[in-house]
Amino acid sequence: MKAAVLVFPGSNREGDVAQAIELVTGRRPTMVWHGDGDFEKVDLIVVPGGFSYGDYLRCGAMAAQSPVMAEVKKRAAQGVPVLGICNGFQIVTEAGLLPGTLMRNSHLKFVCADVHLKVETSQSLFTNRYQAGQVIKVPVAHAEGNYFADADTMKKLEDRGQIAFRYCSPEGAVDGSGNPNGSSSNIAGVFNETKTVLGLMPHPENAVEPMFGGTDGKGLFEGMVEALS
Amino acid sequence: MKARVHVTLKNGVLDPQGKAIGHSLNRLGFPEVGDVRQGKYIELELAETDKAKAKARLEDMCKKLLANTVIENYSIELVG
Repeated sequence: MKAAVLVFPGSNREGDVAQAIELVTGRRPTMVWHGDGDFEKVDLIVVPGGFSYGDYLRCGAMAAQSPVMAEVKKRAAQGVPVLGICNGFQIVTEAGLLPGTLMRNSHLKFVCADVHLKVETSQSLFTNRYQAGQVIKVPVAHAEGNYFADADTMKKLEDRGQIAFRYCSPEGAVDGSGNPNGSSSNIAGVFNETKTVLGLMPHPENAVEPMFGGTDGKGLFEGMVEALS
Repeated sequence: MKARVHVTLKNGVLDPQGKAIGHSLNRLGFPEVGDVRQGKYIELELAETDKAKAKARLEDMCKKLLANTVIENYSIELVG
């Protein structure tokens, strides 16, 4: 699996995700600067976390209009898989690749903690290494992770099975107790209609080595390798 | 020509920042303050003299970048 990781001014998790990809593929991904309108053909495009353009105007708003994102939109339309993590999730929603938006956390605080996620489906190139209903533990670190979409969009997401992960309790209960930011329906990650684009607020790339507190995020990368190699 | 753009959250979209401002004002001795909604104000200097053209261009700017129409409304005002 050949991957590209985008880099914007203010990205800060690009190294983490590049390392996670190298860990499962043995191959360093290509790093692509935001000003580049074109880059080599790859099997996966990753939009990493951070604070692109200082979160000016709205998180991800500026990055979504950068030259590299015009190319990403083109390739996503051709079916090239795109994974947006944290700020990357905000960027791909601002770019219109995923429905909804990420608002300020309902409690207004930055949240940096391990959270539990319920895997909603194993039927995607991103989640095929997990079981539907499985609970995994990964960290979050954000101030704007409060997923919001209008009622029509929410219904479509539910009906079409586009919800990838929901925040839950360690036992798997999807209720207020496990929701770190006020997200609608506890949504932590969503797919596009064809399930070739995934955006999620938590950081699976920071849960791939036991010495960093867990390996529950590794399945996401292993699943992509299996699907895309 | 100068343009003034106001970006506000749509009705029904929760505004925790507005809520926090309201609570603070209540605590500071302004009990008359009820619901508070926070928004953005953007001033733009335009090299355009035709008001209709400027308005159309600003609409485009709002949709493409200045507002996120999933959650926000915008209003445009032209001055001078």
